[in-house]
Amino acid sequence: MFNYLSTIVFLPVVGAIIIALFSGGRPRLTKYLAAIFTFLPLLAAIGVFYRFDRAAGGFQFQEKIPWIAPLNAFYHLGVDGLSLPLVLLTAFLGFMVVLISWKIDLRVREYFAWLLLLETSILGVFASLDLLLFFVFWEIEIIPMYFLISVWGSGRKEYSAIKYVVYTLSGSALMLAGILSLYFTTEPHSLSMVDIAQQGLVPLVTVIPQAAIFFLLLAGFAVKLPVVPLHTWLPDAHTDAPTAGSVMLAGALIKMGGYGMIRIVVSIFPQVARDYAPLLVTLAVISVLYGAAITLRQTDLKRLIAYSSVSHMGFVLLGIFALGQVSLTGAALQMVSHGLITGLLFAMAGLVIHNVGERDLNKLGGLARQIPIIAVVFSVAGLGGLGLPTTSGFAAEFLVFVGSFSSTIVSGIQVYTILTVLGVVVAAGYILWMLQRVFYGPVLEQYHAVKDADVLERVYMFAFVALIMLVGIYPAIVTDIIKLGISPIISFLGG
Amino acid sequence: MNLELFIPEMSLAAFAIAVILLDFFVQRKGVLAVISLLGLVVSAGFTIAMWGGSPQAIFNDMLAVDSFALFFKLLFLGIAALVILASVDYAHKLAHFQGEYYALVLLSTLGMMLMAATTELISIYVALELTSISLYVLVGFLKDPKSTEASLKYLLLGAIASAVLLYGMALVFGFSGKTQLGQIHGAIAATSSTDIMANPGLILGIVLLIAGFGFKVAAVPFHMWVPDVYEGAPTPITAYLSVGSKAAGFAIILRVFSSAFGLPEWLSLNWGLIFAVLAAIGMTVGNVAALPQTNIKRMLGYSSIAQAGYLMVGLATVGIAPAAAVLGRSGVLFFLAGYAVANLGAFIAIIAISNKLDSDLIQDFSGMIKRAPVLALALSLSLISLIGMPPAAGFMAKFYIFSGAVQYGLLWLVIIAVLNSVISAYYYLRVVKVMWFGEPASETKVPSSGALRLALFLACLAVLLLGIIPGYIMNLAEAAARMFIF
Repeated sequence: MFNYLSTIVFLPVVGAIIIALFSGGRPRLTKYLAAIFTFLPLLAAIGVFYRFDRAAGGFQFQEKIPWIAPLNAFYHLGVDGLSLPLVLLTAFLGFMVVLISWKIDLRVREYFAWLLLLETSILGVFASLDLLLFFVFWEIEIIPMYFLISVWGSGRKEYSAIKYVVYTLSGSALMLAGILSLYFTTEPHSLSMVDIAQQGLVPLVTVIPQAAIFFLLLAGFAVKLPVVPLHTWLPDAHTDAPTAGSVMLAGALIKMGGYGMIRIVVSIFPQVARDYAPLLVTLAVISVLYGAAITLRQTDLKRLIAYSSVSHMGFVLLGIFALGQVSLTGAALQMVSHGLITGLLFAMAGLVIHNVGERDLNKLGGLARQIPIIAVVFSVAGLGGLGLPTTSGFAAEFLVFVGSFSSTIVSGIQVYTILTVLGVVVAAGYILWMLQRVFYGPVLEQYHAVKDADVLERVYMFAFVALIMLVGIYPAIVTDIIKLGISPIISFLGG
Repeated sequence: MNLELFIPEMSLAAFAIAVILLDFFVQRKGVLAVISLLGLVVSAGFTIAMWGGSPQAIFNDMLAVDSFALFFKLLFLGIAALVILASVDYAHKLAHFQGEYYALVLLSTLGMMLMAATTELISIYVALELTSISLYVLVGFLKDPKSTEASLKYLLLGAIASAVLLYGMALVFGFSGKTQLGQIHGAIAATSSTDIMANPGLILGIVLLIAGFGFKVAAVPFHMWVPDVYEGAPTPITAYLSVGSKAAGFAIILRVFSSAFGLPEWLSLNWGLIFAVLAAIGMTVGNVAALPQTNIKRMLGYSSIAQAGYLMVGLATVGIAPAAAVLGRSGVLFFLAGYAVANLGAFIAIIAISNKLDSDLIQDFSGMIKRAPVLALALSLSLISLIGMPPAAGFMAKFYIFSGAVQYGLLWLVIIAVLNSVISAYYYLRVVKVMWFGEPASETKVPSSGALRLALFLACLAVLLLGIIPGYIMNLAEAAARMFIF
């Protein structure tokens, strides 16, 4: 039995160690090593996706060995329909960001070591089924991101980095208190997400009210997703991070919040989730509309995309707390789709900023003539972002809306859903306006010699676009798997 | 008389005396460090050989030889070994008395080992003074104004704390007529609650004991001496103070309060609550005061006050939930081990760096990742462990110690503690930031000796091992917390 998941999770960090120890002063070797140690996990993840038994469902590829006996903690990995697409997404983005970072020339060795460590921690979050292991990976992620933003970032990078750390740590500190309370609520004390969700907490006397544990845990995930008003770290971190950091942040990292909400908060506290769904759905509407409105006002290319993430993650929150089978599937698909689309948007924005040397929308313009390939791909990503049919964005948002609208659990959900649909209309506005300001209008003299994408850049652009279209045209390739992960949760909800 | 149970202490004392005598004849003082290390290893060997035996009391029940004492003895021996390894580099600052330096380190270790084992008030006091007096001298070893000031301050305040402690002991003795912890417990159990309440001598005695011990572990509000003494003392001694003397203080608190005042329940609830409040105040004061510090030794001084606060969460658990006393105690034991290796790792790296720079200012550590990548990486790892982030020891330590507290209704305290960790991240990461993102002041590399690198390697290895596979040490701590006579 080949341990697929351990291989996927730990190959990048093995690569990071090899790079840190042996590749000093040889930047090309470093880059090739990084590419190899992210490509192999991607291959393995594809293998898992291919071999995942769709008839059986449930958790597969499980690995479980005792880890810390006094705490009853296990080294327990496993994927189900919910986590598998996110593992695949992270492995894909992990390889892509190495290609995206090919032109990095500042402290190359450290850069790739941190990048690979970051990938391991995110993969670990999605693959762990033990709460302590989950939390360990969750926390490890903070340090590499801190370094990536503060060394290789731009603008107010050190401020953004420490802001990111303080926000994330505050959230996860409360989450830790929640995990501890949860641990002592179960009898016998258990840290296994699967066991706790299956046995349910209803008959047990809890240390503190279930709702309190629910909100302690939710705090950590809500900061990450992010939910307005806990979102203010996101624009700063995304804007000031290096391109690869933004891609990882927007593509994979903030999905940890949504994943945690579904896997832990909703699965373990279905009843509390039902009670507080109206509140959370209201926050979702606020996130979508406030995020969209503030996106319209942005003049910095990366900051605009960052704020659009706040709005798009609002759809995920809506889908999760509409608590319907279809809406949860939609939320999970939206996470995958947003990972691809916003990943590509940030990659393209990074490329424009790198090649043109300008990020202010008011000073850009007419670039479609000089950099047609980037313009086309940027437009495709943008259209995905506004949910055009044939892109994954459409499939995901459509599922979220249909699922939420028809959900029977939250009363008045139709009104909330219609309000969030307005977010899509505003999205069309800010994305088209952004594309117009960057690529159209009069050709500007000073951008005469700007270079278009080179071969390597075209390769990763193609990979992103192909996946966005594939999921857009044939969403069942992902949703069939997601459904397998969602249906047990629906049975916990009793809906 | 079971003298063989006293062999670890006797052998260490013999080596300490041997170091002083050999100092007359040996020209290369490095040899003395080797002999001191040898003494620690021999003593540790005897201690390990006793592990697992049935607990026994020796010298008319004045000393206990139980797993609890053995765990702490090993911890102190390990700490002292790392401190001596790290001192080799520092030795050039000490023109004279190197032999005495090593001997005093051994003697204070001996005092700490006795502190972990004593079960009787007078011998507790003697052990404590043996530790403290050695440390007063060591703090003043640099003989420059700052070091002398630190030593004098430590001596005066320490003497007052000892006086307070003695007064507390006298009151407890006056109430119970006994000095042996088990017999004090018997006397309290034989007295009705109303009688105890009617006679405030015991309660006052307990409060004074908390104050006296609180000084030794640098708990708020008895922490005023910490920043100045930490800043002025030779750095290896600062490291030693911050982990060794603190761990010894917690050992004695655990034993005295669990044994003598563990029952009746209302009594333990009360002192548990005192510790809970001291914990909340301690970590907040320590962390907030650490924020504006510019000298790294002062910063770590305040950080150690905050860490004492986290440790007191474990003491509060022991007091408030007698049913969870084992979990509470083992939490404190494991936390002490994790804290010791992380703090030693940080200080050892600082010794090497400040030796070259001749400065303890954080801003002078700028760009250290280019001048001393290994030292900077090790210091970063240690600081991350002190924040309490995985995969380092600090995270597991916090998880373990807080888990006991949450189980018995101290969630409010744990929430204060985890939010405090966020505050602490800010100042620990400031050092990391300066080292990684700052511009180096010069290109010259920072040298370090083999002994120091060995110490640093051992500390960092322990930080990672305790953080990734902590099960083994947790089991040891649990066994130690359970086997506890008197």
